[in-house]
Amino acid sequence: MLSIRYLHAGVEGKDILRGIDLEVKAGEIHAVMGPNGSGKSTLAQVLAGHPAFAVTRGEVVYEGRNLLEMPPEERARAGVFLAFQYPIEIPGVSNAQFLKAAVNEVRTRQGLDELDAMEFLELLREKLALVEMDQSFVSRAVNEGFSGGEKKRNEILQMALLQPKLAILDETDSGLDIDALKIVANGINSLRTPDNAILLVTHYQRILSYVTPDRVHVLVGGRIVRSGGKDLALELEAKGYDWIREDAGAVQPARA
Amino acid sequence: MSTTAKTVEALVNREYEYGFVTDIEADQVPPGLDEDVVRLISAKKREPEFMLEWRLRAFRHWLKMGLAAGEPKWANVTYAPIDYQSIVYYSAPKQTAAPGRLDEVDPKLLETFEKLGIPLSEQKRLTGVAVDAVFDSVSVATTFKEKLAELGIVFCSFSEAVQNHPDLVEKYLGSVVPYTDNFFATLNSAVFSDGSFCYVPKGVRCPMELSTYFRINTAGSGQFERTLIVADEGSYVSYLEGCTAPRRDENQLHAAVVELVALEGAQIRYSTVQNWYAGDREGRGGIYNFVTKRGKCAGRGAKISWTQVETGSAITWKYPSVILQGDDSVGEFYSVALVNNHQQADTGTKMIHIGKNTRSTIISKGISAGHGNQTYRGLVKVRPRASSARNRTQCDSLLLGDRCGAHTVPYIEVANATASVEHEASTAKISEEQLFYCKQRGLSSENAVSMIVNGFCKEVFKNLPMEFAVEASKLLGVSLEGGVG
Repeated sequence: MLSIRYLHAGVEGKDILRGIDLEVKAGEIHAVMGPNGSGKSTLAQVLAGHPAFAVTRGEVVYEGRNLLEMPPEERARAGVFLAFQYPIEIPGVSNAQFLKAAVNEVRTRQGLDELDAMEFLELLREKLALVEMDQSFVSRAVNEGFSGGEKKRNEILQMALLQPKLAILDETDSGLDIDALKIVANGINSLRTPDNAILLVTHYQRILSYVTPDRVHVLVGGRIVRSGGKDLALELEAKGYDWIREDAGAVQPARA
Repeated sequence: MSTTAKTVEALVNREYEYGFVTDIEADQVPPGLDEDVVRLISAKKREPEFMLEWRLRAFRHWLKMGLAAGEPKWANVTYAPIDYQSIVYYSAPKQTAAPGRLDEVDPKLLETFEKLGIPLSEQKRLTGVAVDAVFDSVSVATTFKEKLAELGIVFCSFSEAVQNHPDLVEKYLGSVVPYTDNFFATLNSAVFSDGSFCYVPKGVRCPMELSTYFRINTAGSGQFERTLIVADEGSYVSYLEGCTAPRRDENQLHAAVVELVALEGAQIRYSTVQNWYAGDREGRGGIYNFVTKRGKCAGRGAKISWTQVETGSAITWKYPSVILQGDDSVGEFYSVALVNNHQQADTGTKMIHIGKNTRSTIISKGISAGHGNQTYRGLVKVRPRASSARNRTQCDSLLLGDRCGAHTVPYIEVANATASVEHEASTAKISEEQLFYCKQRGLSSENAVSMIVNGFCKEVFKNLPMEFAVEASKLLGVSLEGGVG
């Protein structure tokens, strides 16, 4: 589904990703771990098409298409979803309005009929239950005045509504208490089907206790320095990142 | 900002839809203004003596003003001098019969209004909205007049009101905006040709939206209309106003006056969607919109709300105000103003607190794009007797691109120590992060900007009647939110 080859990217002339190779197949969950500044979030943003990042070398093929040539909204319509590490506030736009617009935009591009208000509400109710959010949530402005945990759950709600093929979660587990973490994990697991893939960018192992990854990759200094099964995450948790840094041979972090 | 700027350009540079001209024979007076023209206008309208006298007093005062300071110079707008002698002060479509009966109205006029989305004929007229259609200097038709009359509500053109209800006109005309008020209002008082009149009797709640649609057609003419709305004790009325004009390279002057009187316990909601021709991308042509709008809460507990969506005109100079005379009266001003290309707007409000416990709210949202320049100018004045008066003002500006400007000029004068006045102001740009977030959810740049702009204006849009909220939203190139949330 997703094939990343020798990907180099940076921001304002500064290299952050220095040759990422990664293959993700349908039905798989990949965890991308690494210390702060290793380039995890950059990878997520580059895949979603954030305009601040420039790709200098390499390629990304998504479902046979050159992902890097697609504008961000095309990627989204083709099923690429990014759960933001810091979700953005849009004052005055209700969550319902925003979500309905997004769902219908994606549906139209996929040749499906737009949902009317009633159908959308029906779908929304079902998905709200999944992330254990109440109805009042949808009439509030997008992310405005939301707590950190609410923002993250709102991302999962959007993911559940949009049913992406490739979901990229950028530290969605950071800053969550244990209950919220379980809700988020539950949301991720519910998306797991043989047709979908998930790229889980995380700093900590703890979400992996609830979401079992097929593969774990460790990113240091803009490169994947180690890949393995789910046990690799546990090893990291026990030994910390220094161990792998030394093991990888003194690769300097891209960002201090 | 490049993607944002491009998107915004696409969004706001759509063609002006209402720029067509109706080819109709007009009865017009030659350009220029002197006492004879004032007398001629009054004679054409077969006005009673008091009206002519009033016009002449205004005209003489205007001449004095012209010799003294002339046009007000304090607004943050620049324009070439207006030649008042080159303007046609009266232009009316020639009609065989007196206006008022629909079957006698020239089909070309009906067609014009239908093209503007204002069908006047019995079969097609808008449900729930009574319309007074004003074409250049005269009202061509008023719908639902009879139905409203059953409730004692008078809704007709100003000219008809002068004929049929001279006592009401004489009593209230100039009671809120005196003919000496300001240069443009004084000019209007001398030469106004038509407009709408509305009287809602005691305790009556007007069951439908009343609306006036103003259309300027004739080249070289100015439109000087006057609207007077009187809501008697305990009554309620909601009023809508829309405006368009043909696309022309010359500027045209529109100097209107609106007076609202709300007696004890009465409520008036006045909403405007102003879409006069704004000029082209280089700033050629467009309407000079110099308008005086003011309401008086004359009795205890009266309430007046102004809601305006200003997207048109080359120059907008307009400060819908409320005089809060009655104790416990309430004044509100909700405004969205959008300037693009070379448009200039200096707009805001005045809230004059005279009575005790009077309350006012001001919410102003300014959107500047292209080379547009706009100023919010607002006065909150608390007189010595206005104990416990309260005001809250919020002025937000949204800049699209980096060639436009936004300014906020609040004036606050408080003469009573128990009053509380709050002023908040903010200026923001649409951020790349907001756009990216929307696009990542599949929205196109256009839809994303629309949605963000719409969200920015929401506090104002929610105060518009439904029919207008849709139009206003469309005007900003945005789709109104779905039926949920």
